[in-house]
Amino acid sequence: MTATRAGRPPGKGSATGKASEPGKEATTGTETSAQRVAISRKRLLALVLITVGAIAAAGLYAGLAFRDAQASQSAPPPVDVTTSMALPAAPFVLFRNTAPGQGFGSAATVPLSGPGGQRALSGASCDRVYGTHDQTLCLQTKQGLATTFQASVYNSTWQETRSWPLPGIPNRARTSADGSLMATTVFVSGHSYSAAGFSTETVIRGKTGQSSGSLEGFALILDGTRIKATDRNIWGVTFAPGKPDVFYATASSQGHIWLVQGSIAGRTLTVVRSGIECPSVSPDGTRIAYKKSDNGTLTGHRSVAVLDLARSTETVLAEKQSIDDQIEWLDNSTLLYALPRDGSEVDSDIWSITTDPAAQPVLFIEHGFSPSVVR
Amino acid sequence: MADRTGGRKNSGATGTQTLPGPGVAFRLSPVILWLGIVSMATDISSESVSAILPLYVTGFLGLSTIAFGFIDGLNQGVSAVVRIAAGWASDRTGHPKRVAVAGYGLSMLARVGFLFAGGFWAITGIVTGDRIGKGIRTAPRDALISSAAQPEHLARSFGVHRMLDTVGAATGPLLAFLILLFIPNGFSTVFVVSLAFAVIGVALLVLVVPDRRTPRTAQKPDRARPPFTWSQLKDAGLTRLLVTAGILALLTVGDGFIYLVLQDRDSFAVQWFPLLYVGTNVVYLALAVPLGRFADRWGRIRVFLGGHGALLACYLLAAVPFGGLGVTVACLVLLGVFYAATDGVLAALASRLVSPDKVATGIGAAQTVVALCRMAASAGFGILWFAVGAPAAMTTAAVGLAAALVAAAVLMRTSRAQEAGA
Repeated sequence: MTATRAGRPPGKGSATGKASEPGKEATTGTETSAQRVAISRKRLLALVLITVGAIAAAGLYAGLAFRDAQASQSAPPPVDVTTSMALPAAPFVLFRNTAPGQGFGSAATVPLSGPGGQRALSGASCDRVYGTHDQTLCLQTKQGLATTFQASVYNSTWQETRSWPLPGIPNRARTSADGSLMATTVFVSGHSYSAAGFSTETVIRGKTGQSSGSLEGFALILDGTRIKATDRNIWGVTFAPGKPDVFYATASSQGHIWLVQGSIAGRTLTVVRSGIECPSVSPDGTRIAYKKSDNGTLTGHRSVAVLDLARSTETVLAEKQSIDDQIEWLDNSTLLYALPRDGSEVDSDIWSITTDPAAQPVLFIEHGFSPSVVR
Repeated sequence: MADRTGGRKNSGATGTQTLPGPGVAFRLSPVILWLGIVSMATDISSESVSAILPLYVTGFLGLSTIAFGFIDGLNQGVSAVVRIAAGWASDRTGHPKRVAVAGYGLSMLARVGFLFAGGFWAITGIVTGDRIGKGIRTAPRDALISSAAQPEHLARSFGVHRMLDTVGAATGPLLAFLILLFIPNGFSTVFVVSLAFAVIGVALLVLVVPDRRTPRTAQKPDRARPPFTWSQLKDAGLTRLLVTAGILALLTVGDGFIYLVLQDRDSFAVQWFPLLYVGTNVVYLALAVPLGRFADRWGRIRVFLGGHGALLACYLLAAVPFGGLGVTVACLVLLGVFYAATDGVLAALASRLVSPDKVATGIGAAQTVVALCRMAASAGFGILWFAVGAPAAMTTAAVGLAAALVAAAVLMRTSRAQEAGA
């Protein structure tokens, strides 16, 4: 063994760069070449062990995760489900089914009279849904060799009538009451090579496909002056009932959060009020429900609040959990919103609360997300 | 085993600058090969997470993600500044490997953090750690490559490293998307796999790459070590290189914007947006070695400037009013050429323009200047885009870059003579 090792040292000695400075390395040079090679062998063995160990551990973890995912996908769901390839008669609630097992992520409906009862699954997989009695807007994530995103429009028998690619991760979807206008908000992200960061892109489309372009192209007006900062973000459109040109949305720039009133024809966004995020206009058009940041920044706790448009008064409701959803109106005095179920990242519940400040939230639909009330 | 044969040709590289002669046969130092594999494993690790991070973060943080984007922008600035500091630390201690291990190690610890992440600040902290680790490791690693390479084949050696690095950068996202395809919401699996590759990368670096001692800045123990000053960089043409690279980087708007311009014009680009990055990477990895080799023969400054010429052509293609598959693909190819002709070549140039005891500082300084100037360029281009629209902004950038190229060619004329060994 010693002979073999001794046969190799010249290369090893110079590989550490020491051959180039022979004078300086006199002390370390006393270390025999055989020893160095032995260390190197140990190191190579350690490297092989670490590499094999790391790959085996990761492979095992992935294998178990795959098995769990398979088991979960084929398991019967914990709620009463049926399959239906047609929208029910209005009124009903359209939502994303988040019950684990078969049908997870599918767009589903329940009659308004029995929201806790049997849900009808459509088979259309949606991250976010919103609809009318004969049309559903569905924002989807398409897993593949590269994850892509798309918006689809389904008719009342769940046939896709139109679709278009989305430039980022689905976040909000809304349609006007008659279904003629559709608004989508997605997160557009940069990539490791670019410094673009995250921003939102919000677009309003007509039924026949004409697009407003990104709402960042609309003039954002605060107290009569136009804000031109490039960090403007617009998200969470809600349409005003009976006024085809009017919508509300959130605008943000330089750390401010504003409620803006938009005009599609005028291509303007006018700041109405500060600190209001993800607005939702009530069916009678008199109030706006929204999430209110307690500390005024983009990161803190968010309460549910209601603004009376005529009186300009704000009511903060008793929901204690922080919400990150665009609130939906069940009727003119009741709100719906989703909260994570037991801290889960994939499962959530839909809660209801009346707009009385003393009211407590009530569980409305278990294992559900993205509620849309169709009247 | 392979590292034993590497020494003989390394001996020349660590010393003084030798004449670049065409007669020396290229022999790849195993140190560079190992460092390339370290970078490949690390890039598989980091790019697999980067690819799915938007999905994970938006699902986890909801709309707070916008604030996250702002912080991430700050991180990239910090990461840029850290490069020069790490380069300086590497030169001062004379142990670039130790500084590199600290950088790779910090990024590995950040991967461990992902397994336990919860909440906005935890994720922000972890991503910050990862970015800073990347900033720390770059300059000392490039100093190791520089000292292991044959001076006649310096750019080609960097090309080999960048090729392996880019193989990792292209593999990582595909691996991550493949995991998500088979395991819906399998983010934790991606994090575990990413951690495994980070561990392999650090293990390779620690166990196999020799701690090549570079000449120390402060050789005399009785003399107080001088603190970092910019005057240290007033060294044999490095200032000229920094100014030149800085001017050119100020006109480099970032490929993110180029992709957005292409998307703006072509709806098909929206659908295939994630694959545009892969396309650029494939061109980059295919051309890194040939262009490095070309740089060693024909002149590194010429190839560096020529790479920016490819970027200029890409701008012009992005600015023309007609789109289509051909124009988009041509843009991707030109962008890949740009990276292949500039990234490794810049490190090669910087390491040849400073004395051997300041190689890491020189490389770190060049990379910091380029990164900061590119950030400024992206910010400026964003404003310009909003003011005049994408085609006009792109044309303006192209005109600016053409002017900067002329200025750069004049500035670097003297350095070219110096690089040639005069």
